[in-house]
Amino acid sequence: MSGLLPSRRPAAVAPRPLAEPPVVRGLLILVALAYLGLFLVMPLTAVFAQALERGLAAYVAAVTEPLALSALKLTLLTAAIAVPLNLVFGLSAAWAVAKFDFPGKNALITLIDLPFAVSPVISGMIFILLFGRQGTFGPWLGEHDIRIVFAFPGLALATTFVTFPFVARELIPVMQATGKEEEEAARVLGAGGWQTFFRVTLPNVKWGLLYGVILCNARAMGEFGAVSVVSGHVRGKTNTLPLHVEILYNEYNFQAAFAVASLLAFLALVTLVAKSFVEWRTGRTTTSTEGRSNA
Amino acid sequence: MSIEVRKVTKRFGDFVAVNDISLTVPSGELVALLGPSGSGKTSLLRIIAGLERPDAGQVLFEGEDATTRDVRHRGVGFVFQHYALFRHLTVFENVAFGLRVRPRAARPAPAVIREKVMSLLKLVQLDWLANRLPSELSGGQRQRVALARALAVEPRMLLLDEPFGSLDAKVRQELRRWLRRLHDDIRLTSVFVTHDQEEALEVADRVVVMNQGKIEQLGTPQDIFDHPATPFVMKFMGSVNVFHGRVEGGKALLGPLAVDYPGHPHAEARPASGFSRPYELDLGRHEGAGGGFWATLRHVNPAGAVIKLELTDGGDSAIQVEITREQFEALHPKPGERLYVRPRQVRVFLEPGEARAPSE
Repeated sequence: MSGLLPSRRPAAVAPRPLAEPPVVRGLLILVALAYLGLFLVMPLTAVFAQALERGLAAYVAAVTEPLALSALKLTLLTAAIAVPLNLVFGLSAAWAVAKFDFPGKNALITLIDLPFAVSPVISGMIFILLFGRQGTFGPWLGEHDIRIVFAFPGLALATTFVTFPFVARELIPVMQATGKEEEEAARVLGAGGWQTFFRVTLPNVKWGLLYGVILCNARAMGEFGAVSVVSGHVRGKTNTLPLHVEILYNEYNFQAAFAVASLLAFLALVTLVAKSFVEWRTGRTTTSTEGRSNA
Repeated sequence: MSIEVRKVTKRFGDFVAVNDISLTVPSGELVALLGPSGSGKTSLLRIIAGLERPDAGQVLFEGEDATTRDVRHRGVGFVFQHYALFRHLTVFENVAFGLRVRPRAARPAPAVIREKVMSLLKLVQLDWLANRLPSELSGGQRQRVALARALAVEPRMLLLDEPFGSLDAKVRQELRRWLRRLHDDIRLTSVFVTHDQEEALEVADRVVVMNQGKIEQLGTPQDIFDHPATPFVMKFMGSVNVFHGRVEGGKALLGPLAVDYPGHPHAEARPASGFSRPYELDLGRHEGAGGGFWATLRHVNPAGAVIKLELTDGGDSAIQVEITREQFEALHPKPGERLYVRPRQVRVFLEPGEARAPSE
């Protein structure tokens, strides 16, 4: 891809016209590194340092305490629901947008971005307004004894809502770039719908898909705002890891708070490693658009 | 297998891509759909393939209605303009695809598939590239893989959409001769779409010239070239000089030209145009018999098998003339010189639309 660019400089014919003086270059690198250290490395080290402040035993105790374990379980469970849902939704939305023309297509693309646009707190509020006791469906749900808000379904709903753009956003450009000729070729050659999907469509988008899933998962596990609104903070019942960290912190139990936080940080690091692997594998150099934060 | 298209219409929104077209392709023939972009040729091909549903009309294979038959069951081999090879599969797997996706009962054994694919790759002279990915091939090689892949399912007809459109001139030349030979060998009913008149005339048994969703003319390459049916075909089949004017009383008066036109013996005038190809014009220094006119030589392009000259008679469009090298050397004209232009042949067409005007 980059082979088109002149990779070799003309040897010592003339100084490169656009080369910055070494001082400027050094300064730029220094600024970037300092920034990185100040805002990324230092906090991350601080998390792990604080977590291990009172030794490994205290760390293990904080992490394996029943409430922490239940929060971890809840977090993983929420992600296990939100990610597959958004995988299916993202695939079908991207498919629809990329392969078909229909009225309201642009509206759909805009709507997909909605969860990115609104504050997570508002995302949480939406579900309170819909399913809370005073909400639209509140009375009906109360009659049938179904609890959504302040219970696990609410957590899953809010998390799914907040994370649903990731897969679709990642796939739409990939699918648009592939076009539909290969699918048409498969059909002409006699492949059925599912055969076409599994043998042609999916292999073409698999790395983009995986990338989207990783980002989606990172956000699902780290989501705080929306989850905080719908959770009700019932310890051991509706507390996810980020919420658990907050509670511990508010109780001045810093060491435990950081120990649990380090778990989240660790999950995030694993995700990042997986993400870089996928990026390296796809050889994407320019396509990682929209500077997104994850976790 | 013969293909018949009956009164087929296809619209995209307000745009009529294919307008009430009927066409028959006899079994074993190689037919070219020729036209400029937007003429509906690709839409027609895709309708035959079943990739597009017509809004009206029928498609028949061997006399049997196939209009609503799914693409998968039409038995067509389709070659896409941009190859549409499966980019994650090797050349071998691309060609094997159509066999592998068959229902278990109809699927050949792996050894049979292997043999079949390799023999097809041999046919397209690419057996040595079986394990490469499409991205590692040149354009011409990809196109041949696409062809092998289409043939692997033993289609009853072959449909090709601008098969050589995205190749460079030399490869295009080679491939189209090769396609012609291949067709002579396997005699598979084939339809291919092109916007290149040279390609259509060189490769096809019969050519269908299309414009604005309609068929302008249908005939053998020689027919089309020697007897263009409409001004559009005339213009589309290569550069041509146009003389605007009128016909009246059995004569066509076309600017500087006057020729007989017995088709319109009536007294009242009708607007008309005369067409002469650059090589149908003679140049001389003397006024001869038959209507001709004087023009000034502006430019000479001596590179090529024929000499191309550009003249002006004061009108707004230049007059293009092609003469042989021998003629050029005998005449040896200089730019700026006045020469006598005498057409050997002028084809006169009444202006379209005028047919509606009451003439009698």
